[in-house]
Amino acid sequence: MDDRTFGAQVDSIPDEVRVRMHGDLDARADDTLQAAYREVATQGSHRLTLDFGEVGYINSTGIALVVRLLADARRDGRGVRAVGLTPHYREIFRITRLSDFMDIEGDAA
Amino acid sequence: MTETTDTTGAFRRFLRRSPTPSPAATATTAADVPAPIDQGASIAVDIPDSDPLLAYLQSAPGPVDVARLELDSPAVKALREAGVALVVPLVSQGELIGTLNLGPRLSEQEYSTDDRRLLTTLAAQAAPAIRVAQLVREQAAEAAERERLANELRVATLIQQQFLPRELPHLPEWQIAAFYGPARAVGGDFYDFVELSDGRIGIAVGDVTDKGVPAALVMARTHSILRAEASRLTSPGEILARANDLLVPEMPARMFVTCLFAVLDPPTGRIVIANAGHNLPFVRSGGELRELRATGMPLGLMPAMRYEEVEGTIDAGSNVLLYSDGLVEAHDKAREMFGMDRLRDALGGDEAGSELLDRLLDTLRAFTGPEHEQEDDITLVTLRRSHGVAEAAVTAGSTALTSFSLPGTPGNEREAMDRVAAAVADLGLAPDRLERLKTAVSETAMNAIEYGSEGRDDVPIDVDVAVTATDVVVRITDRALSGAIPTDAEVPDIERKLAGEQKPRGWGLFLIDHIGDAMDVSTDEAAGTQTVTLRMAREETHHG
Repeated sequence: MDDRTFGAQVDSIPDEVRVRMHGDLDARADDTLQAAYREVATQGSHRLTLDFGEVGYINSTGIALVVRLLADARRDGRGVRAVGLTPHYREIFRITRLSDFMDIEGDAA
Repeated sequence: MTETTDTTGAFRRFLRRSPTPSPAATATTAADVPAPIDQGASIAVDIPDSDPLLAYLQSAPGPVDVARLELDSPAVKALREAGVALVVPLVSQGELIGTLNLGPRLSEQEYSTDDRRLLTTLAAQAAPAIRVAQLVREQAAEAAERERLANELRVATLIQQQFLPRELPHLPEWQIAAFYGPARAVGGDFYDFVELSDGRIGIAVGDVTDKGVPAALVMARTHSILRAEASRLTSPGEILARANDLLVPEMPARMFVTCLFAVLDPPTGRIVIANAGHNLPFVRSGGELRELRATGMPLGLMPAMRYEEVEGTIDAGSNVLLYSDGLVEAHDKAREMFGMDRLRDALGGDEAGSELLDRLLDTLRAFTGPEHEQEDDITLVTLRRSHGVAEAAVTAGSTALTSFSLPGTPGNEREAMDRVAAAVADLGLAPDRLERLKTAVSETAMNAIEYGSEGRDDVPIDVDVAVTATDVVVRITDRALSGAIPTDAEVPDIERKLAGEQKPRGWGLFLIDHIGDAMDVSTDEAAGTQTVTLRMAREETHHG
């Protein structure tokens, strides 16, 4: 285990479920992220916050994982918000138009 | 009475007579009747080494009556036909060195006991003297032969040296070194550099079969033809085809020329080769060794041959070796051949230019041992492209920052990204520029690993990073195991992906395309590689 290994912690806080991620979001994060969403699905809240604050690297495969998670959340009627993205990854979310389907903290300005 | 002579080596005895009828002719006209021998005439009789007469004479105690010999021997028959009555063996130190052959006595009487005793004494005294004369003659002949060979060697060497380039071309960004080591017998190796009419450089390395003056003359002729053709043609295949057609009618029997002709475009590193039966050139790139494989018949054997052309690119930091078979076909004391594997091993280091040549020759010397006499000419030509010119599109004045290779293991795109980031750390790129570059490198390397290496540890990817006044240029080269990266894949559409109409994946090229300033994909089919060149402006001047 090092700081690149992906991990996700699911916290239920008032009015939302928050998934705090850390490490590299790439192909190896697949199982962990799916497990995290299954846990999210057991929570009642309809607001999901993805916290990328401790994620240092996202590649195109990671983007695909986020797309799938977003699709699952939308199917389940959950609104998704992203926080903690660096300016670069906010740009990536904009280029891929992920930002059209989730609120990106820091983008509103 | 007749004289006896002997040649050296093969055991022959001669009697001379003129005119000289063949034994067969004598046999048909005179059957076994002894022909009278004219006084003072000489007759040649050749006794083959296999004839039983030789063994008989070797141990005979004295003169031998030909008429009484009961040997199944063609030589005895020939002696009788030639009219020889008595054969006196000449033995020196136990070795039969000749015979004294006598016709019938002029008195037509038998040879008496006294005659025979006299002849035996004569033979015993004459034999050593004749042997000495033989040895003197042999040595004189050997000395003359040595002198002739030495002269021929001088002439061959002179011709050879006349046609080797006096100096090597000076090309910016290229380091060129050559070695020619003649064997003592001087083979027919040659190499040459010639500027083509379109500014490219022709490089020829060849080897004429055979040795000495004949080989040197054919080498000189081939050299001249190649030069002449290269002054008007620019295709290596056509140059070889034309040279072949000119050489075929004038090539001596059992001779031919192997030749590799390469055409190099120095600014871009593009190289086109054609090959007439010569050793294939090696290209060492990013720790990997490959051969440029082109085939064709040697020059001078058959008219109207065609020579296929193979193209490749010599990347920055890469080395090319052209060589003749004198290197790989050298033998050690146990007659084991140097071989291709040892050559590959010797090429595995990171030497270039004359250092690489030294390493090859040192390795060869260590293999053959110090007492070794070189069997064949050895010719080596190396070209090294300096780091700094990533490709034609890169403007002059670019500087290489780093070059490295990584195993094609999934996840290594991250390593590629980090190393490129470290290489450009001192350039002072704005943070967003740097992040864009990192993502573009990572995505490109991931494609190279997925499609080029198919995720295999043993199939590497190569990364070169260079910087110009305005741009960072990153080239990522893979081995194209799955063929070209599918650049025409469906453009990812987030709405369709969310609706399940497109797979979630497929963002890689889209990202590279949108965050880098320029992306260029090129394939090198000969080398089996695909290269993606990423350019990123160092300053924010335009947006991707």
